[in-house]
Amino acid sequence: MSELILPKIDKTTILSRDKIIYKLKKITKSENVLHQDDEIKPYETDALSAYKQRPLLVVLPENVQEVSKILKYCNEEKIKVIPRGAGTGLSGGALPLNDAILLGLGKFNKILEIDFNNKCVVAQPGVTNLSITHAVQHRGFYYAPDPSSQLACSIGGNVAENSGGVHSLKYGTTTNNILGVELVLMDGKICRLGGKTLDQEGYDLLGLICGSEGLLGVITEVTVKILKKPQSVKAALIGFPSIEDSGNCVTEIISKGIVPAGMEIMDKALIEATDNFCKAGYPRDAETLLIVELDGTTSEVNELIKTVSEIAKKNNSSSIKLSKNEKERLAFWAGRKAAFPACGAMAPDYYCMDGTIPRGKLSQVLKEIQRLSKKYNLPVANAFHAGDGNLHPLIMYDGNNKDELKRTEEFGADILKYCVKLGGVLTGEHGVGIEKRELMCEMFNDNDIQQQLKIKQSLDEKNLLNPGKVYPILRKCAEEGRVHVHRGENKFPDLPRF
Amino acid sequence: MSTEVKINSPISQDSNYILKPKNEEEVSLIVKDLYKKNLPTEIIGSSSKNFIGNKLQCAKILNLSKLSGIIEYLPEELYIKVKACTPLVEIEEILRKNNQQLAFEPIDFGYISFSKSNKGTAAGYLSCNFAGSRRFKSGSVRDHVLGFRGVNGKGDIIKSGGTVVKNVTGYDLSKLITGSFGTLIALTEITFKVLPKKDSSSTLVIHEKNKEKIAKLFDNLQSSSNEISGSIFVPVEPNDKKYTKNREKIFKFNDLKNEGSFLAIRMEGSKKSIDERIRGLTDELNLKDKTKSILDVHQSLLFWERINNLELFSETLNGLVRVVVPPSRCIDLMKYLDQNYKYYIDWCGALFWIEISGMDETKLLKIKDYIITLGGYVTVIKNPKNLAPIKDIFTIDETRLHISKKIKESFDPKGIFNPGKMYRSI
Repeated sequence: MSELILPKIDKTTILSRDKIIYKLKKITKSENVLHQDDEIKPYETDALSAYKQRPLLVVLPENVQEVSKILKYCNEEKIKVIPRGAGTGLSGGALPLNDAILLGLGKFNKILEIDFNNKCVVAQPGVTNLSITHAVQHRGFYYAPDPSSQLACSIGGNVAENSGGVHSLKYGTTTNNILGVELVLMDGKICRLGGKTLDQEGYDLLGLICGSEGLLGVITEVTVKILKKPQSVKAALIGFPSIEDSGNCVTEIISKGIVPAGMEIMDKALIEATDNFCKAGYPRDAETLLIVELDGTTSEVNELIKTVSEIAKKNNSSSIKLSKNEKERLAFWAGRKAAFPACGAMAPDYYCMDGTIPRGKLSQVLKEIQRLSKKYNLPVANAFHAGDGNLHPLIMYDGNNKDELKRTEEFGADILKYCVKLGGVLTGEHGVGIEKRELMCEMFNDNDIQQQLKIKQSLDEKNLLNPGKVYPILRKCAEEGRVHVHRGENKFPDLPRF
Repeated sequence: MSTEVKINSPISQDSNYILKPKNEEEVSLIVKDLYKKNLPTEIIGSSSKNFIGNKLQCAKILNLSKLSGIIEYLPEELYIKVKACTPLVEIEEILRKNNQQLAFEPIDFGYISFSKSNKGTAAGYLSCNFAGSRRFKSGSVRDHVLGFRGVNGKGDIIKSGGTVVKNVTGYDLSKLITGSFGTLIALTEITFKVLPKKDSSSTLVIHEKNKEKIAKLFDNLQSSSNEISGSIFVPVEPNDKKYTKNREKIFKFNDLKNEGSFLAIRMEGSKKSIDERIRGLTDELNLKDKTKSILDVHQSLLFWERINNLELFSETLNGLVRVVVPPSRCIDLMKYLDQNYKYYIDWCGALFWIEISGMDETKLLKIKDYIITLGGYVTVIKNPKNLAPIKDIFTIDETRLHISKKIKESFDPKGIFNPGKMYRSI
């Protein structure tokens, strides 16, 4: 693994560990302050498990007043704080530091209010994404953003990362689906941003906080919008003889004015991998596979799926299957959702990237990835949220082979740089964290980064909240590591990742 | 560069009250000079919405209207990149040709002052963040800004975002600057997300005046899976000479048979799907025995255009406020307003446009205090002539004001951009 540059360790804090433990035990219950080795160990990493750091200690506050007191104390004593939700993040946003308190929000796990009158749910940040939908589905409602880890990832973490999912083209990401948050600033100030109104007046602080990766405040409550489930959902499974044909099909679907709920592309390597892995019944002769999901009123979905089929035929599709029922629709998705474990079964390790490109550049970027695959002599499989241009190449390698690991990291960095070159961005939904930190200058110049750092400084003057994340420490474009999974030893092996 | 600003000459000459840069570099040069000389500056585009917010008296005016033109429009990528002060009508026109639109449905503020269209510029629209009737389904302006370029209060050119929808690289500054009324940045370039226009639209009008029933209908409509994209309630005007009675004139349509208060519901999509949804809603909302009208696509388009032109308040000399409340509290606000104000409700019960005759600070604060207890907020849109400046044009609490001041400082450390436009201290 590449050596990771971390903020300078404050030895005074490390030497004051006992005093800090004593002080924190005055703020929260004694058992909420974890400092023994075996207690701390599970918090050493998040889902970017290639990086591990021992935190100074872990504190698990139970209410907002405790969070406020802890942050105020840390701010006064200049102690770094790393907030953490469920720890499912893929970019190392919750990676601890040796001289930092890890502030876990795991005890904030209650849904506080289900307000069907205002079509919203008020939840504590540790509540999982999926349990919000579970809490409202009996009345036909759901929470729209659906990151693949939704079974385990927390809503507070979703806000911090501005999580997406496969339906974000039509329904947006977290930022488009939350109404309000309560958060605590580093100085201990408790703030409410938004509420139950659709819009907020004044500076859009809610928009700023969403996706700020725990650098600006600690979220202690979230109000999310809930939507009524669509009347009808159908999917089409379409095979193509070439990348160009599937790319053209996607472009034409959008050009015809159709906004599908989800639109996914898999390349040949991934079709074979997933079909071997879970017998998804995918067309193995196809070079690329496109899944198009449409939702809405019954007649609209029926009309649109017909149009999508016609567009697919026009673009040389080699096979088309339309889901006849819910069971079949879910079966279409089964292979796609098994993409990550399928790659895990093919190589000792795989490494997941997360760039976004303009949709129309798909075949161009896939060709470049194939060229790079040959250059670095490493196999790669590609999953692509084609609707919103979010690409997840999965590079397969053997982590025990140091040269292969180095080549993998260079390969990954080259892909992201190419995404930016094509007018895309470094990360679509996994966040920058520590993972893409040093690549930020591929996208932003000094002025851009300085402006963002000034915002950080204005709310956290001493740079104590989640320091060393998102912004480059040395201001260099080093090639750092990304999501590495070794022999399936994923931090969350049971979580689907797609 | 225009005659007002000469290259290689001190930009801040006192005779050059209005500065009109032609490009981003010139904006940067000018702002660097304003920063150095600490000169409070009003940023304007076409001034179409200049009446909103506190009145400014600044040493300079930075007129960005020359930054105009479409930079890049890729219909298949669903975005349009424009220079900041590109007229909104120009953007809408090119989108229309490609059967696309800005889905947040821009409001035309021209009518409330001069009874004619004046939509202003892209940057002006972004700076206000006021979305039209489709907002509750499609999001606000802030949800459709993918990226921007601009010049901060020190004169540095900065950018954020990009052209793609899914992007979590760095802080989302596009949202932060949307609705900031030009107090954070002088915009030079904006990228909007665009969406396809639906094939057709129809409007189902239910003639109803009972407040409880209206609130219930709004609630049911929000829960409906029959996909509506607009829902408003227009009550009859108060019997008070201080309010113009123009409702019947504005909503004069062949198929709008009945006079009196009505609730209108818009559906967009294919003709077949709309017909199906009208039937679905009729069953779902139990509308069989209600007096109804259905407006076809031609009438429907005009109907919603008039709503979003705020034509009900054309040339009003009264005060006009925009009130956002949690949708469940619309019944309380309707009862509070009763027959004493001219108003209509949009966003399925979540947005009120209220005309207030004889609006003074006391009257405004009384309404505002009540709305805050409902969990909502008030923005003064039109402040009647001859009325002393109203302190609270916007609604804010102490903590948010504290954070906002810090954010302002991070963009504009000397506070030279639109000082006091939103809040006295910002």
